[in-house]
Amino acid sequence: MKTEAKPSKDKRIYSVLVENRSGVLCKVAGLFSRRCFNIDSLAVGETDDAAVSCMTIVSGGDAHTIEQIEKQLNKKLDVIKVKTFEEQQCITRELMLIKVKYNKNNRREIMEICEIMKSEIVDMSKHFMMIQICDTPERVKLLIDSLQTVSIVEVARTGTLALSKCMENDE
Amino acid sequence: MIGADAIIKCLEAEGVTTVFGYPGVAITPFYNSILDSHIRTILIRTEQNAAHAASGVSRLTGKPGVCAVTSGPGATNVITGIATAFADSIPLICITGQVNSELLGSDVFQEADITGAVESFVKYSYLVKDAAEIPRIFKEAFYIANSGRKGPVLIDIPIDVQNAPVTKFKYPEEVALRTYKPTVKGHAVQIKKVISELKKAKRPLICAGGGVLLSEAEGELRAFAERHRIPVVSTMMGIGVMPTDHPLYFRMVGNNGKAYANRAMNESDVLVMVGARVADRAVNQPDLITKDKVLIHMDVDPAEIGKNAGPTIPLVGDAKHIFGDLEKEDFTCSCEEWLETLNTYRRELKRRRSPNPDYVDPAEFIERLTDRMQEDSVYVADVGQNQIWSCGYAKVKERAKFLTSGGMGTMGYSIPAAMGAKIAAPERQVVAVCGDGSFQMSMMELATMRQHDVPVKIVVLKNNYLGMVRQYQHFTYKDNYSVVDLSGSPDLEKLASAYDLPFLRLENMDKCDEVIDAFLKDDASVLMECLIDPMDLV
Repeated sequence: MKTEAKPSKDKRIYSVLVENRSGVLCKVAGLFSRRCFNIDSLAVGETDDAAVSCMTIVSGGDAHTIEQIEKQLNKKLDVIKVKTFEEQQCITRELMLIKVKYNKNNRREIMEICEIMKSEIVDMSKHFMMIQICDTPERVKLLIDSLQTVSIVEVARTGTLALSKCMENDE
Repeated sequence: MIGADAIIKCLEAEGVTTVFGYPGVAITPFYNSILDSHIRTILIRTEQNAAHAASGVSRLTGKPGVCAVTSGPGATNVITGIATAFADSIPLICITGQVNSELLGSDVFQEADITGAVESFVKYSYLVKDAAEIPRIFKEAFYIANSGRKGPVLIDIPIDVQNAPVTKFKYPEEVALRTYKPTVKGHAVQIKKVISELKKAKRPLICAGGGVLLSEAEGELRAFAERHRIPVVSTMMGIGVMPTDHPLYFRMVGNNGKAYANRAMNESDVLVMVGARVADRAVNQPDLITKDKVLIHMDVDPAEIGKNAGPTIPLVGDAKHIFGDLEKEDFTCSCEEWLETLNTYRRELKRRRSPNPDYVDPAEFIERLTDRMQEDSVYVADVGQNQIWSCGYAKVKERAKFLTSGGMGTMGYSIPAAMGAKIAAPERQVVAVCGDGSFQMSMMELATMRQHDVPVKIVVLKNNYLGMVRQYQHFTYKDNYSVVDLSGSPDLEKLASAYDLPFLRLENMDKCDEVIDAFLKDDASVLMECLIDPMDLV
C-alpha cells in the first residue's frame, strides 16, 4: 500500500520462471525500465525443462514498489511463476571471472588473497592472471575490493543466482 | 489452403464480420484470401483509424474488433490506435503483415520490428513463424484479448507464412495457456468483508469505471445500487453505467468532473471503486480516497489494486461476477440522509455557465442534442474541450452508449470509432462530436464513410483554437498563446460538399432545436458545424 509504505529500500530477489521464447527477456527487462524499477542484477538460464527459463532478478524499493514488481511480473503472459525472497530466505551465488595484471612484487599477495577467498587462478600469462570465484554476492564484492590494490584489467560477473533454502515442505 | 486462408478461417470461426485496414504488399495474401469470405473489408484512410474503428466495433459488440495493416509504416501508424485501446482496456486483434521471414532483421524495405515496438501497449503479441501455428495463435489471441483485463493483441505475420501451404486446418476449441488464468470470481471471504463494511456504512458510494461496461455488468451494478439505495458516480470511462437522469447517479468525478461528484467521493465513508484504475484524472489525490474511509477496490487486474491507492479491502474479480455474488447477500444499508445531502450538493454545486449569446453554448447544445437522440443511440466524444463538455452535459439514456478515449486522450478518435460503432450496430443512431482540431485529425475518413456507406453523423464544435490547450495557456501562461491557433482550417461547408455530404451550421442558440432536429432526422451522414466562442472555457 502506497500510503503506508515504509521509506526503507529493501532488497528482494525475484525468481521468475518464464516461457523460454524469443523476446521474453526483453519484455521483462522492458517492464522494469518502463515502470522505473531498478534492476541490480539479472541472470537468465534454462531450467531442467528446456521450455522454461529461470530469471533471477535482484531489485528493491519500498514495500509498494516490491508489491508492484511482483504483480506486474505476474501480469506478463510469458511469466509462469514469480517467487519473491528476502536475501536471508535463499542461498545466493554469483560467479565472477576477474583478470588482473601482476608483477613479481605482488604475485604472492594476489595468491594469498585467492587462497583466503577460496578463489581459483584459472588462467595465466607472463603479466596477467585470471581468477575465478563462485560465492555469495557479498564475498564476490569483497574479492574485488581486496584486489583494488592490484591492477584489475577486466571483470565479468553472472549476476546473482538464487534458490530458496531447502525446506521439508518443498515439492 | 495457404496461411492467409487459414487466418480468414480463424476470423470466421470467431464470428468476425468486419475487418478495417489498409493493404500493402506484405498483407496482400490476407487481402486476397478475404475476397472468398463474407467478412466485410473497410478501407480506412490511415492505419491509426483502423484500430479506432475496430475499437468502436468492440465497444458495441463486446467482442474484439479486428484491423489488418501492412508491414513497416502501416504497422507503426497503427500503434497510436493500439495504445489508445490498451489504455482503455478495449479488446482488439491487430494483424500486421511482415516482410519475408528469411529477411527479418536485415532492415529491408518496409520492415519494422512491430512486436518489439508495441510491447508496452499490447496485452500480448505474436510473430508467426510457421503457418501451422495460425489456428492456435488466433484462438489464443482472441481469448487473451477478450478475457481478464481486456486489451489489444497484435499478430505479426510474414508474407511467406501467409503464402505457405497449410495441409490441414482445425480451429482449436480450447486454449491451453499455462501462464494465463485470470481470476474472474471474487474471493468469498473478501465478499463477506465487503458486505460487512457496507452494512456499517453511513455514507457509502460506488465509483464505477470502464471495467463495469467491459464486463457488461451495468445491469447488475444498477440493481445492486437500487436495492440498497447506494449512490453511484463514475469515471470518464464509466459514463453510461447508469442513465444520466437516474436519481442515484451523481455523474463523473475527477478534475473535469462534477463538483458534487467529487464532494461525494471525499465525504463517503465506504467507497467502492469498481473497474476503475484510480488514475490521476479521476482521482487527483489518491491519498484522499483512503483517508478516514474504507476503500474497497474491485478490479479484474490485481496489479491495479494498490497501485495508486492502498485499499482496505482488495477484491480481485470481474464486476459481473462480483455483483452477481453480492446480489445473493441479504443486507440493508440505510443511507437516505446521505442521499439527501448529495442531492443538496447536486443542487447547490451545479455550475452556472455564462455563455456568450452570439455563439452556440456547447453545454446547452450537447444537452439538447443528446436529449433528442434515440434511446439506444451511440455518442462518441473526441478529445479536447469537446470531450469535457460532452462528459459534463451529455444525457446518456437508459440503453445509450457513450464512447471516448479516456486513458490515452487520443485526438481524432471519435469519427473512426463512430464508424466502427455504426458498422457493428447499423440500426443505432451514431453521432460523433469533435472539435475543429480533432476533426482535422480524422477528416480523411469522410471518404471512408462515403465509400462504404457508413451513415455516421458528425458535429464539429468550431472555435478556431485547440481549445483545451488554449485554456491551459490562458490559466498557466497568462494568455501567452503558443501554437494553438487553427487558422487555415477548411471551410466545412465546402468540405462537406466535396464529399457530397449534407451540411448544417448552427451559429447561435436561436435555432438550436430546429437544426438538431434536421441533423437527426434521417439515418444519413450529416456534417454539422457549431460556432463556439473561441474564448469559451470548460
